Amino acid sequence: MNIKELLFKPIFENNPIALQILGICSALAVTSSLNVTLVMCIALTSVTACSNFCVSLVRNHIPSSIRIIAQMVIIASLVILVDQVLKAVAYEISKQLSVFVGLIITNCIVMGRAEAFAMKNAPLPSFLDGIGNGLGYSAILIVIAFIRELLGSGTLFGIEILKLSTEGGWYVSNGMLLLPPSSFFIIGLLIWALRAVKKGQEEPADFKMTANTKAREA
Amino acid sequence: MEHYLSLFVRSIFIDNMALSFFLGMCTLLAISKKIDAAIGLGVAVVVVQTITVPLNNLLYTFLLADGALAWAGYPDVDLSFLGLICYIGVIAAAVQILEMFLDKFVPSLYNTLGVFLPLITVNCAIMGGSLFMVERGYTFGESVTFGVGSGIGWALAIALLAGIRDKLKYSDVPKGLEGLGITFITVGLMSLGFMSFGGIDL
Repeated sequence: MNIKELLFKPIFENNPIALQILGICSALAVTSSLNVTLVMCIALTSVTACSNFCVSLVRNHIPSSIRIIAQMVIIASLVILVDQVLKAVAYEISKQLSVFVGLIITNCIVMGRAEAFAMKNAPLPSFLDGIGNGLGYSAILIVIAFIRELLGSGTLFGIEILKLSTEGGWYVSNGMLLLPPSSFFIIGLLIWALRAVKKGQEEPADFKMTANTKAREA
Repeated sequence: MEHYLSLFVRSIFIDNMALSFFLGMCTLLAISKKIDAAIGLGVAVVVVQTITVPLNNLLYTFLLADGALAWAGYPDVDLSFLGLICYIGVIAAAVQILEMFLDKFVPSLYNTLGVFLPLITVNCAIMGGSLFMVERGYTFGESVTFGVGSGIGWALAIALLAGIRDKLKYSDVPKGLEGLGITFITVGLMSLGFMSFGGIDL
């Protein structure tokens, strides 16, 4: 597999959030402002890439019966590292992220890529795969955060773009977008848009409904 | 007593793990196609949450917190940075032991819950429960109550979602929105509904 495919395939064609349903928890809770979202994306991408690399390095020495716990220990140590760095460098943002940095451990993207890709491939491709999936996750998160911050509070990165009517401007903010449930709607609609463009991603129906024949029979 | 009751109700409805904090979403979306499976997983989460939150509370108060090692003669040691790796270790071990225990002594329960137990180790609701317990500084009694309450809250959410998805089979959803898309929107509406509990103060 070449580098380009490893890096860019997870962004559109095999997106971890929109298609693989991985790592959704944090996508919903941290997207009300772009600053916080960016920090979260960088944290997750670096953890996924490094954990993929480390797991791949030791993949031939892990007995398969204890592989989950071995991966867990590697991931947890990396997350502790990220957590400590964030507390030292960006304390305010790490307070806003609260438990969600810790929850990177149980983020299914990290675990899923370690199990599905890094256990079978060499360190370098695994590292790139980690970055690619991290970028796929980031792309969706940044789109959600962009919509929520711009239309919800009229700002981007905290800089005023649309002047709010409460401060004498023209824009009446959409309060619902500040509430966490709005990110569900945005993700749902994003998935719809993505599947409208890429027909192959539609889910096959479980069963087919027969047409209503009541009227004709009567 | 009243304090515990209020915490219990709070952790089920107002601070619902799934619908207010969005924890355990991956499993919530993946396993909610059938009601039976959803309820089985819900029960398993309640059991594991009830065990792990108090266990992690003991671990935190007697080993990890700042100055917690005073009983061993090290009053200046602060091991709280080791928290994350310890909690996940406790959770993984507890799930494994529970699985072996059920297999040996209660095989009937093992047959129904067994398949869900490995899934629970990577469920963010379990890890989130322990992290919230530390962040909010619960005592041992409070952490037992919070563990049971948050587990029940999560189970309630997955059972409700499975019920709605069951009814959703009979509706005509637009092509690309079918499956995952409409499920997201359903959970969003449920979560808006649960926000109405927010005003209740006990």
